[in-house]
Amino acid sequence: MSEFTKICALADIPRLGARVVEHPGGDIAVFRTADDEVFALHDKCPHKGGPLSQGIVHGKRVACPLHGWNIGLDSGEAAAPDVGRCGRFEVKLEAGDVYLKA
Amino acid sequence: MGKPKLVMVGNGMAGVRTLEELFRIAPDMYAVTVFGAEPHPNYNRILLSPVLAGEMTVQDIILNDHDWYRAHGVNLHLGRKVARIDRVRRQVVAEDGTVEAYDRLLLATGSTPFMLPIPGNGLAGVIGYRDIADTDAMIEAAKKYRHAVVVGGGLLGLEAANGLKLRGMDVTVVHLGAWLLDRQLDEVAGRMLQQSLEARGLKFLLEKQTEALIAGESGRVAAVRFKDGMQIPAELVVMAAGIRPNTALAEAAGIHCSRGIVVNDTLQTFDPKIYAVGECVAHRGVAYGLVAPLFEQAKVCANHLANHGIGRYTGSVTSTKLKVTGIDLFSAGDYMGGKDTEEIVLNDPAGGVYKKLVIKDDRLVGGVLYGDTADGPWYFQLLKDGKDIREIRDHLLFGQSMVGDVGHQGQSKAAAMSDDAEVCGCNGVTKGTIVRAIKEKGLFSLDEVKKHTKAASSCGSCAGLCEQILASTLGGAYQATASDKKPMCGCTEHSHEDVRRAIRERELTSIAAVTKGMEWRNADGCEKCRPALNYYLISTWPHLAADDPQSRFINERAHANIQKDGTYSVVPRMWGGLTTPAELRAIADAAEKYKVPTVKVTGGQRIDLLGVKKEDLPKIWADLAAAGMVSGHAYGKSIRTVKTCVGAEHCRFGTQRSMDMGVKLEKMLFGMWSPHKVKLAVSGCPRNCAEAGIKDVGVIGVDSGYEIYVAGNGGIKTEVAEFLCKVSSDEEVMEVSGAFLQLYREEGWYLERTCHYVQRVGLDHVKRRVVEDPENRQALYARLLDSLTGVKDPWSERLDGELRKEFETLAVRPA
Ligand code: SRM
Ligand SMILES: Cc1cc2nc3c(=O)[nH]c(=O)nc-3n(C[C@H](O)[C@H](O)[C@H](O)COP(=O)(O)OP(=O)(O)OC[C@H]3O[C@@H](n4cnc5c(N)ncnc54)[C@H](O)[C@@H]3O)c2cc1C
Ligand code: SF4
Ligand code: FES
Repeated sequence: MSEFTKICALADIPRLGARVVEHPGGDIAVFRTADDEVFALHDKCPHKGGPLSQGIVHGKRVACPLHGWNIGLDSGEAAAPDVGRCGRFEVKLEAGDVYLKA
Repeated sequence: MGKPKLVMVGNGMAGVRTLEELFRIAPDMYAVTVFGAEPHPNYNRILLSPVLAGEMTVQDIILNDHDWYRAHGVNLHLGRKVARIDRVRRQVVAEDGTVEAYDRLLLATGSTPFMLPIPGNGLAGVIGYRDIADTDAMIEAAKKYRHAVVVGGGLLGLEAANGLKLRGMDVTVVHLGAWLLDRQLDEVAGRMLQQSLEARGLKFLLEKQTEALIAGESGRVAAVRFKDGMQIPAELVVMAAGIRPNTALAEAAGIHCSRGIVVNDTLQTFDPKIYAVGECVAHRGVAYGLVAPLFEQAKVCANHLANHGIGRYTGSVTSTKLKVTGIDLFSAGDYMGGKDTEEIVLNDPAGGVYKKLVIKDDRLVGGVLYGDTADGPWYFQLLKDGKDIREIRDHLLFGQSMVGDVGHQGQSKAAAMSDDAEVCGCNGVTKGTIVRAIKEKGLFSLDEVKKHTKAASSCGSCAGLCEQILASTLGGAYQATASDKKPMCGCTEHSHEDVRRAIRERELTSIAAVTKGMEWRNADGCEKCRPALNYYLISTWPHLAADDPQSRFINERAHANIQKDGTYSVVPRMWGGLTTPAELRAIADAAEKYKVPTVKVTGGQRIDLLGVKKEDLPKIWADLAAAGMVSGHAYGKSIRTVKTCVGAEHCRFGTQRSMDMGVKLEKMLFGMWSPHKVKLAVSGCPRNCAEAGIKDVGVIGVDSGYEIYVAGNGGIKTEVAEFLCKVSSDEEVMEVSGAFLQLYREEGWYLERTCHYVQRVGLDHVKRRVVEDPENRQALYARLLDSLTGVKDPWSERLDGELRKEFETLAVRPA
């Protein structure tokens, strides 16, 4: 059973941006929205594996840098009409720090 | 208090499109109730013709199935006709007694076929052509009876006649006018059309007035009699002599109607609680009978229902197409012409091609195409844009590929392409896939086709072809929007032009100020508008507006080009294509040290190190910086390269020192952001070894100085640069090139290359600002130099400090 571990301070992730967390199971992208919500997804686009962490974040979505699929940060689902799903991870904010369960 | 109640009467194309637009921008605002007199969910009425012709089934043309209504919580009353509106109590009452209260009412009752007021018009076997029930009745009649008469030789009548003929009936079309489609075609095209329909076995009686319909023994219609006494057999009579806006309900409720329910530019009727859209409406005295303008109305109406309060409907120019497979016909605008207009005509009766373009004051105002309609959408766009066609006039009639505005030249015959022909080379999308998506998913715009099929969503060179396929599949439902009115993206109604102007005039200096001040639908914008806004801000307010890295595409944020495997490429600048042994040694060392898998000479006269890991970028940059190298911006909407030839420095033919000139230009422009990438070249003589003829700015040395060319492009669609002016000194080259690029930076729309920008504004405009007005030229040049003062190398800026974070990964560490 994995536990929540601290990965960085919220301030280390740019607003409307992301950071990459290295993980034995593959990189994880941790996103921060305009209103400081955090989300974590597998850093691999369901289309052709593009690194989602490098995309543009807007609302609760990220646009993949390779071909522009939009992936829901909370659901991991590709926005219609595209179809695909990306693995999600639990993250939480505590006292200005970001914790990830992975 | 629950949500306000929106009731819609009429479950057809315009009404449901309004709901779709509304759900997109304000999904939870209303509790929605819909009444539809027909028992079907919303379907694509325009495709009833292919259904009648046996090319599609009713199932194929459903646009919104029951699940759609359910998913949006719509309370749907099908097969229930609204009998009365009670404006005092604010409720509607259906024929079966159902009562629903409203806070806002939307009337979308469409229109009804006009039944000629002649004896016998109520007999069995006499029908209009409007809905699924009519279509079914025609299909049934075709099984049992032999003779059909279609009254009316307009679009609807001809489509009905064609379908009935294909179902085996003997069909005669009766038409009052002197030629077919006299509301869309001139006489020549009308006659050509008649000939090809006659070749398919249809019969025509022109300039004939129907006097009465005669009943047979069974009481069903049996014959049609004309004013001149002639009588022909008919067991089925289809009235297609026009439509009448369905205003009875509104009129009975005392809402002002005159040739339709009268609405203002926000689609509001005289009762402010009641809106109306679609064929039932009269806007500025016009009632439209084609889908495209109705969809424009729907968009504006939804906007006002959502209380966004922006957007006005100001009327539409329409174009039409006959949906009879195998017949190509297109008409738009003022197709007849008059005494103030000129005409360009091509008439080839043997080849079955006729084209007429109507021109007024150097602008296209209308046209008719018969036999070859491939360029219809292009002409329609020119017409809507009101583009000055003086410069392309002598090629105009031969179409877009002759003018050189289309990607795949010579492949512009959308209708003639086979289904398995590849349309989009980037994403491997065939014509069949696109046509299927248009029909099955009910797509109406290029944007929707891009989203659903991915065609034209990469390099975009097939966009024109996709539009042609749309137009030929949809018929008159296809509508181009004027380019300067196209919304920037789904977040806003505003066009690039509007936004640029607002940023300048209202002195907006941040993305938030734009998205708030201009009522963006989503506060953060999206990946399409944010990079554009960021560019508009920093180019309009240099030194004032802060650059927003999070609104830049990854290449510009990381200052390196992302590759398909997530690694990056590194391209150090080589001013004017020049390098030194020391630089080459540093590049070689770096390539070995960071195990760069591929080292390549680029098309831009420099070296690309491909396959670098993101976290290695700052390190490799540091090594290159130590040898005096800076970023080549090979990743940016920015100055890319200035290509040079050896020139007078070495070459036996050289007239000017092109290497030197090129290096000076490149140093001047270092760090310049622009709407799209910018490439220059300087050649030492007209042999032009630096290929200056296909660059954004091309400089060619001649004995007496330099010739300057602009707006060339060597990419997706090669465009030869146009001659701008001739100058005599290096300083003038810098000033003219700089001024031209600044004009482009100030007026270009994001992702518009110089060639597209100049096509839009016209070379004359550029000449006036840059060549003929020295004061303005100097002012432009000064603004360029000002915005470039203090520009730093983005690579060395990121070697340490806050900006370096972008390149560092995090690790999961125990708490
Ligand atoms: C590296 C290079 C190919 C090469 O190995 O030679 C190249 C590589 C790419 N080009 Fe290019 N282009 C390269 C020279 C060209 C040239 C030739 C030139 O510059 O003289 C052209 C035609 C000239 C022109 O632009 O007018 C060219 C026309 C394009 C286009 C089409 C632009 C257009 O407006 O039509 C694109 C697509 C775009 O920019 O949207 C493009 C896009 C790309 C991208 C950035 C695709 C992408 O988005 O990832 C490629 C990046 C590969 C990478 O990661 O490095 N590349 N590209 C060349 C880099 C030159 C340099 O030193 O900076
Ligand atoms: C055969 C055919 C081919 C066509 N081809 C083309 C084409 O190629 N290109 C093009 O642009 N256009 C074409 N059109 C026209 C296009 O279909 C119409 O412009 C469009 O459907 C109008 O939309 P609307 O919502 O205003 O009306 P409709 O789609 O007619 O919807 C109105 C609905 O309201 C219902 N209704 C009316 N009164 C009441 C009431 N009191 N209570 C409840 N419900 C009510 C009606 O039953 C109907 O379902 C074609 C039309 C037909 C019939
Ligand atoms: S380098 Fe240019 S031409 Fe080659 S694949 Fe990439 S974008 Fe296409
Ligand atoms: S890999 Fe993400 S959109 Fe293609």
